[in-house]
Amino acid sequence: MENLVEIKDVSFAYDVRPVLTGINMTVPRGRLVSIMGLSGCGKTTLLRLIGGSLRPHKGAVRVAGRVIHELTQDELYEMRRKMGMLFQFGALFTDLSAFDNVAFQMREHTGLPESMIHDLVTMKLHAVGLRGAQHLMPSELSGGMARRVALARAIALDPMLILYDEPFTGLDPISMGVISDLIRHLNEALGATSIVVTHDVQETLKIVDYVYFMSQGVVVTQGTPDEIRRSETPFVHQFVWGEMDGPMPFHYPGSTYARDLALEAAHA
Amino acid sequence: MPERIVHNLRGIGHQVVNGVWRLGYASRFFLLTLLRSATSFRRFRLTTKEIYFAGVLSLIIIIVSGLFVGMVLGLQGYETLQKYGSSEAVGTLVALSLTRELGPVVAALLFASRAGSAMTAEIGLMKATEQISAMEMMAVDPIARVIGPRFWGGVISMPLLAAMFSAVGVFGGYLITVVLIGVDEGAFWSQMQSAVDFRQDIVNGVIKSVVFGVAVTAIALFEGYDAPPTAEGVSGATTRTVVTSSLAILGLDFVLTAFMFTGV
Amino acid sequence: MQRTFLDLWVGIFVAAGIAALLVLALKVGNASTTFNVGETYRVLAEFDNIGGLKVRAPVKSAGVVVGRVDEIHFENQRFVARVAMKVDKRYQFPKDTSVSILTSGLLGEQYIALEAGGDSAMLKDGEMLKITQSAVVLEKLIGQFLYNKAAEGGTK
Repeated sequence: MENLVEIKDVSFAYDVRPVLTGINMTVPRGRLVSIMGLSGCGKTTLLRLIGGSLRPHKGAVRVAGRVIHELTQDELYEMRRKMGMLFQFGALFTDLSAFDNVAFQMREHTGLPESMIHDLVTMKLHAVGLRGAQHLMPSELSGGMARRVALARAIALDPMLILYDEPFTGLDPISMGVISDLIRHLNEALGATSIVVTHDVQETLKIVDYVYFMSQGVVVTQGTPDEIRRSETPFVHQFVWGEMDGPMPFHYPGSTYARDLALEAAHA
Repeated sequence: MPERIVHNLRGIGHQVVNGVWRLGYASRFFLLTLLRSATSFRRFRLTTKEIYFAGVLSLIIIIVSGLFVGMVLGLQGYETLQKYGSSEAVGTLVALSLTRELGPVVAALLFASRAGSAMTAEIGLMKATEQISAMEMMAVDPIARVIGPRFWGGVISMPLLAAMFSAVGVFGGYLITVVLIGVDEGAFWSQMQSAVDFRQDIVNGVIKSVVFGVAVTAIALFEGYDAPPTAEGVSGATTRTVVTSSLAILGLDFVLTAFMFTGV
Repeated sequence: MQRTFLDLWVGIFVAAGIAALLVLALKVGNASTTFNVGETYRVLAEFDNIGGLKVRAPVKSAGVVVGRVDEIHFENQRFVARVAMKVDKRYQFPKDTSVSILTSGLLGEQYIALEAGGDSAMLKDGEMLKITQSAVVLEKLIGQFLYNKAAEGGTK
């Protein structure tokens, strides 16, 4: 099967602090792939590398056969029109209504007449079940609804690649179920490829085809959801089952407890 | 002790390097805004919207302040001029102070704290809530789409606001001195007209207000765009906008005045 | 409907701003007189001393403003000040018009006064006025007064 996204030996650092080291990933066309890991393990950075807002220091990210960081500004913008991204908290434009948010890209990039835009936006909003909320402003939407409007906006131009940055953060269980269902169904309905960056294990394992597990800037494990569930790797086991102690210690590294309480000094 | 000196010197050096870096970044930002402002004019509705936010919403504070400043000038000017028996010259005093200095400067200071801070907060919040990144990911240039229209909206609004401030101020002076105190109306206007020169005073005042408009909007937008995407970051940037642009207004005013009103 | 509301306010705002500019230009400033002097002709005059005369000072005849001082420079050949003024085309003056620098009030600004002569030929563009009277310098006047007083005291 053809790979839509190929990440080869990518390293990245903010200033001197390494965030990613030697990452290798492939995302086949039409699949729903998840990148999991703890907060701060470099997942979002990886998404930004795919979107082209950051440049890798080593290696290359290829989307549809093109090396992203070698594209010119115009080519990059051309590429981004074929990508949709759902941001962590939706990132809806606060000064535009739900309708205008979804219509935003159509108005910016296509010369479509307003009547056709109206129909298209209605269809997209219908797909996420919010046709009735089109006149509401983002401040009037609940968190789950805002996320769905943002999803409708991300798929506005029928992208070939949809990137999800923590789509489940801060949602109630019902909204979470709705969003995960939508992610699965939209991927199939649009024939798109999706990458979901998340730390919400149980919800994600239900819907994705393949999982990459990251920790401290490297891929530690990969596999299908079933393989992940059965994984005996201690870190993955701790992560998937949410155990308090394991390879990821509960205590932040520091001096010993006794010394902090000045007990050791007293003994000495 | 020497360690401490070295430490302090390093601190100074760090500040200077940071300052220069930021200045360069700001200049680049300003240049990009100008280069990509085609959108602001091709789709003028975007700019119209920002004229509403920057200009129309600042109207009330500008008009009320202008009226009071003019009235105070009239009152104080009358008190002083009357001692020299030339109370008719109060019209000249009010009009010259307003058109040359107070109109552009005070209107720009009010504009910085009313519209400038709002711009910084808005852009900062757009950045903090990833709206700017979202726009970039949608292949829309945020400088052309968000910054440009706000910049031109501010630059267009500022001279109009300053002109209204001066006009209302002259009216305030008229109210106090002619209507209330009873200075001769004909003398009030004719002395004013013979002293206030169109090119020398009014056009220069307008030039000043355009320069202030560019400075305030550019500072406000840069501070917002450069703000760290956190609550403290945005509030700090808003404060910096008001402080920096007020200082810029007063500094630029001195420079412009030195060029415009000497050696006639 | 929200758009028309916005457009309306922006329209009002811009109109009010332009109106304010016009008020400043016409009612507060002297643009009305500056612009009326569209058609002018240039007249030159030489003075031994121009006192505090400045460029753009009014040129008056019988107390009415008929033009403005356009340019002042020092004529190094004959050591005099040459003043160029622009006079409104509507007002024509005879060739032997006399020109003097006067002061409005005791401490007011200085202006140029034209006093028409009797010649039948009219002034042309760029022509030089012959009969001039320099500005009165207050210090000289006081000096003269004191000298006269002293002379009077001496004869008594």
